[in-house]
Amino acid sequence: MKALWKKYKQNKLAQGIFLLIYIGVTSLSLFLAQKSVTAFLLLLASLLLLYFTSFKNLTKWLIAGVVLVFLLPFTASNGDGYQSYMEVATLVGIYISMALGLNIVVGMAGLLDLGFIAFFAVGAYTYGIFATAQANNFMPFGHFPLSGESFWIFILLGCFVAALFGVLLGIPVLRVKGDYLAIVTLGFGEIIRIIFNNLDRPLNITNGAMGLSSVTPPRLFGMDFIYPSQFYYVVLVILIFTIFTVLRFEHSKIGRSWKAVRENEIAAQAMGVPLVKTKLMAFAIGASFSGMMGVVFAAKQAFVDPTSFTLLESITILVMVILGGMGSVPGVILGAAVMTILNLQVLTEVTNWLNQLSTSGAISIPDALSPSKMQRMIFGLLLILFALYRPQGLLPARNRKYNEKALQKGSKGAAGETIPEQSPIEKAQEV
Amino acid sequence: MSILEVQNLSKKFGGLTANQDVSMTVEKNSITAVIGPNGAGKTTFFNMITGVYQPTSGIILLENEKLNGLKPHVVCQRGISRTFQNIRLFNEMTVLENVMVGMHTHLKAGLFGILFNLPTTRKEELATEIKAYQLLEYVGLDSFLNEKACNLSYGAQRRLEIARAIAASPKILLLDEPAAGMNPKETKELTQLIKKMRDEFNLTVLLIEHDMKLVMEISEQIFVLDHGEKIAEGKPEDIRNNPKVIEAYLGSGAVHAG
Repeated sequence: MKALWKKYKQNKLAQGIFLLIYIGVTSLSLFLAQKSVTAFLLLLASLLLLYFTSFKNLTKWLIAGVVLVFLLPFTASNGDGYQSYMEVATLVGIYISMALGLNIVVGMAGLLDLGFIAFFAVGAYTYGIFATAQANNFMPFGHFPLSGESFWIFILLGCFVAALFGVLLGIPVLRVKGDYLAIVTLGFGEIIRIIFNNLDRPLNITNGAMGLSSVTPPRLFGMDFIYPSQFYYVVLVILIFTIFTVLRFEHSKIGRSWKAVRENEIAAQAMGVPLVKTKLMAFAIGASFSGMMGVVFAAKQAFVDPTSFTLLESITILVMVILGGMGSVPGVILGAAVMTILNLQVLTEVTNWLNQLSTSGAISIPDALSPSKMQRMIFGLLLILFALYRPQGLLPARNRKYNEKALQKGSKGAAGETIPEQSPIEKAQEV
Repeated sequence: MSILEVQNLSKKFGGLTANQDVSMTVEKNSITAVIGPNGAGKTTFFNMITGVYQPTSGIILLENEKLNGLKPHVVCQRGISRTFQNIRLFNEMTVLENVMVGMHTHLKAGLFGILFNLPTTRKEELATEIKAYQLLEYVGLDSFLNEKACNLSYGAQRRLEIARAIAASPKILLLDEPAAGMNPKETKELTQLIKKMRDEFNLTVLLIEHDMKLVMEISEQIFVLDHGEKIAEGKPEDIRNNPKVIEAYLGSGAVHAG
């Protein structure tokens, strides 16, 4: 068995065939079934399978692109559950983006942030206020709501406004460290929410607890975006941009300085890494992803109110990061996907199933014990189990492996300029 | 020619005086040692030079420019880099990345360049990798490039810290007890390494060390601190025979040693 597994791991063709069969079967069953959550989830799981193949990165990206852009929406579109699937997929995308943003702050720069949802709220309100008649209350000039075409600019705007809030929050907050930082960010997250909740007096800016309703749907080439299946593509584009950005930053000068600050602040500073600037950049970039998704969220729900941005949401995102593996990009993606799907699909499906059973009289479960009500308990248990048995997360962060041969070659090629060739110390080291 | 000049430097922590009116001049391209009993204020002195602490009074001049009030990362940009008494590596990062962080101040890549992976950024990144690798070869750690820093042996971690400090291309290298916890063989190699680095990188080395054999062998100038005050300075021979130093630190055995 083991030998077979080993062979499979080395054989790209076998992996390809298996992946193809897997995708084929799951997408066919999703296509044929009227409403099958299992098929939908299994098709999504093909991406995980793809991650573990030994294809080139570009190939993996292309296959993932085909699955997400064509296969998933197309096969799902045949059944009744189309919009509900797309709704789930859209939310998964939104949460993945946010988790990736928080991963920069918590996982890479090591700054525990318990108020991360605030930036999501900032993004959502940025669009919400100007895409409803609300802005008329305090903006004497201009005509509101803005048209749906402005949505695309607002994605950028949400990104910048959230980044700005990240910096503004960072300046006072970064004076404290560790546990204190966590408490201060928690406070900040709550402050933002309460401000949005109360900013209906003296000047009505956010409409307070009533929230902003009938947010203008985005519009592109005369087409209004109303359905989740349309937002799915918007989210997908932003998500790909987010992943791309995170990966670029991770293996750059900035990513290294984040990790250096996380590992040892004093040493990082002594090596010339400016502490405040590096931390602020982590806050700003992390927040900007959230801000963009906030704009999309406001447009998708067509309704914004402060109850969507509670502490519980901040903690949910943090749990996604911890569950997936702090600092690990693929891990966080998986963590966010698992958490969201568990939350939206699995638990509700199990609840429905149990309800059916109890109405048919097979078993009787009190309403208070239904799985969807025990969501927090299930997440709590999950967290405890992970903390005990897999503290590194689902896919632990791995360091980039540098190619020794290439470096040796490069080193020989460039030798003699700054650094003399022979080592003063014998090469054979005892370790 | 002097490169670093310190005038009447004092540091008080509340009622405790860690350094009192310490003055010293470090010659360019020299190896200079600061010695003294534990608690004499040597590390505080280093911390003031590197900007970790701000001196209560006194002036620090690097090539006649004042360093007082600068943040540690600016001091590093000005050309002073250091190692730590209790090793401070970036433990979860690879050995190569540790050295690459050391080059941070010399990298020009901006947000835009990183985001779009511009050719200049890519080239710079590659050059950084290669230079970091060369430095690892220099200290003999090249075979561990992809290892996590925390997995290295103690002596190797000390050498990695030195490689990381050198990566910043400093004018002055401060070594805080570089030989602490090393066996005699490792100490000997370290002695050679320090000398060689001084010559090949055109460095000025300032070090704190308790290993008198190492100090007497490599330093050209020695400053002795006791209770926060400078009690002696001079060439190794002078220090060895200075009655004040013998009383405070060396003990009478040192007169006959080495």
